[in-house]
Amino acid sequence: MKILVCISHVPDTTTKIQFQEDGSALNSTGVTFVINPYDEYGLSRALDFQEKEGKQVSITALSVGGKEVEATLRKALAIGAESAVRVDKPALDSYQVAKEIAEYAEPREFDIIFMGKESIDFNSAMVPGLVAEMLGMPFVSFATDMQLGEEGAVTLKREVDGGVEVVESQLPIVVSCQKGMAEWRIPKMRGIMAARKKPLAVISGANAEEQLATTSFSYPPAKGDTVYIDADAPEKLIDNLIEKGII
Amino acid sequence: MSVLLFAENAQGTFKKATFEAATYAYDLAQAMGTTLSAVSVGQVSEEALASLGKYGVSNIYDVRDEKFNAFVNTAYAAAIANVAKKIDAKAVVMTQSYNGRAVAPRVAVKLRATPISGVTSMVDPADGFKALRLSYSGKGVQSFRTDNDKVVLTVKGNSYQITENPVTAEVISADFSASEENFDAIAKEIIKASEGISLTEADTVVSAGRGMKGPENWGIIEEMAELLGAATACSKPTADMDWRPHHEHVGQTGIQIAPNLYIAIGISGAIQHLAGVSSSKTIVVINKDPEAPFFKVADYGIVGDLFEVVPKLNAAIRAAKAAV
Ligand SMILES: Cc1cc2nc3c(=O)[nH]c(=O)nc-3n(C[C@H](O)[C@H](O)[C@H](O)COP(=O)(O)OP(=O)(O)OC[C@H]3O[C@@H](n4cnc5c(N)ncnc54)[C@H](O)[C@@H]3O)c2cc1C
Repeated sequence: MKILVCISHVPDTTTKIQFQEDGSALNSTGVTFVINPYDEYGLSRALDFQEKEGKQVSITALSVGGKEVEATLRKALAIGAESAVRVDKPALDSYQVAKEIAEYAEPREFDIIFMGKESIDFNSAMVPGLVAEMLGMPFVSFATDMQLGEEGAVTLKREVDGGVEVVESQLPIVVSCQKGMAEWRIPKMRGIMAARKKPLAVISGANAEEQLATTSFSYPPAKGDTVYIDADAPEKLIDNLIEKGII
Repeated sequence: MSVLLFAENAQGTFKKATFEAATYAYDLAQAMGTTLSAVSVGQVSEEALASLGKYGVSNIYDVRDEKFNAFVNTAYAAAIANVAKKIDAKAVVMTQSYNGRAVAPRVAVKLRATPISGVTSMVDPADGFKALRLSYSGKGVQSFRTDNDKVVLTVKGNSYQITENPVTAEVISADFSASEENFDAIAKEIIKASEGISLTEADTVVSAGRGMKGPENWGIIEEMAELLGAATACSKPTADMDWRPHHEHVGQTGIQIAPNLYIAIGISGAIQHLAGVSSSKTIVVINKDPEAPFFKVADYGIVGDLFEVVPKLNAAIRAAKAAV
């Protein structure tokens, strides 16, 4: 079974986000970049298929981006992917990234394309659905579980408003993952050593064009001052909230 | 030229998020000098459909083939794109829901439109549909534009005020039957999370963390939620320790929410927690540690022991309710 795990290279979740003075881009000075946490669920599930369920799988990790994403791809190799591919194009918007992924995947006939439910930098949640539509594949989003059945049948669970939906589908499929899909794995020393020798190919890609241009970044409006309420008379809070029409 | 709303229903009825998207789509249609149409997929009653007229929808394309009873993103996208092409829609608007985000990218590819996720302000149709959306998990605001003359956008919940713009709505039966191969990932059943209010749709959320000491103490949280008609949420460690169900976990790696009122009790306010809740309109923080980082983003703060403060608050809410 061939699995493609798409990986977005994002600032670590503890990063204090700061933009360049002119608002053109993230100021990445001092920022640690990591595998997008949601993408790691897909990678971990792919490894579970192999290790816990005895399936024959080959896992390719792919990222669209400049040379800087190679360290993140090496982490995916250390966790357990067999090979990695970097599409040597800056990641500009959901459409362009999806197009590059679809162009790479199309001739290679992957059984599963795993992605995260969203990337924690742009939070669009669009790339997986775009890739699925470009490739004419079924798509299950916000997946919290995936089980392989007979003859390519798959059963997934996905988060929906107020519950969990059980979905039946068929390989090949695009799945966007979230918490529940698998446990994150910490790379072991042996994995880190092995990762150095694993293949990381750099390809030039398809020259897909961006559709949605970022004109600038800014910060959300600052919160006003906190109104402190005396703990001995907390009912003042309720009066305040009622007065403001909040409750 | 026109604007098309995908009027998403939940078990046959329209919810608040759909009316927000409808209001947004109506305002956009006005700005473009055109009318608003909607497409409804699945079984929705005639009255419910007609009620969309209250929010400015003039024409409602009703796709109610039985095959659409269960949600299938491929088939739904085919139905929506079919109507969009028929009426030459320049903008397709939907909610930023689980299903909205599953369908929007497919519709965008079918229409060669630019997909835009989670807009928080009105797009300018005269200038590249420029507008704003959040990025970096709420820590940044992205201004964007596109050269494309067609867009598919999802509207972030609780970011656009519902207004009524009554028109007479005409329901048009759109007998679209998508081909078999579109039914490629079929929802077999929905396991309800709980009888309580859904977290993503709640106006008020009462949330608690490790400060609760143990799952047996959650009674006062549930009581407050019930008194306020609120949903309950929790921090990641409390879900990881199985004090609370996983679907209540909010934050960077959990659910992202933006209710009108978020009450955080015994939660420190780690950056990953804030990433999921900082777009809430009003934030109340109750914590015994005056240095807790959560106070930095709080509108109201109470520094004190939650085991004393929360019961007093519950009594005050009960008293206020009795007074009306
Ligand atoms: C990659 C990554 C992703 C993460 N994602 C998330 C996420 O999505 N959501 C999330 O919540 N966390 C997430 N975390 C964890 C996060 O960093 C914090 O550890 C977590 O939010 C802390 O939970 P807490 O506030 O309940 O517990 P604590 O940090 O232990 O805080 C408990 C608070 O309760 C207060 N308290 C204690 N007793 C009382 C009392 N009697 N009265 C009043 N106050 C009291 C304390 O002062 C303290 O501030 C993530 C971490 C990582 C590394």
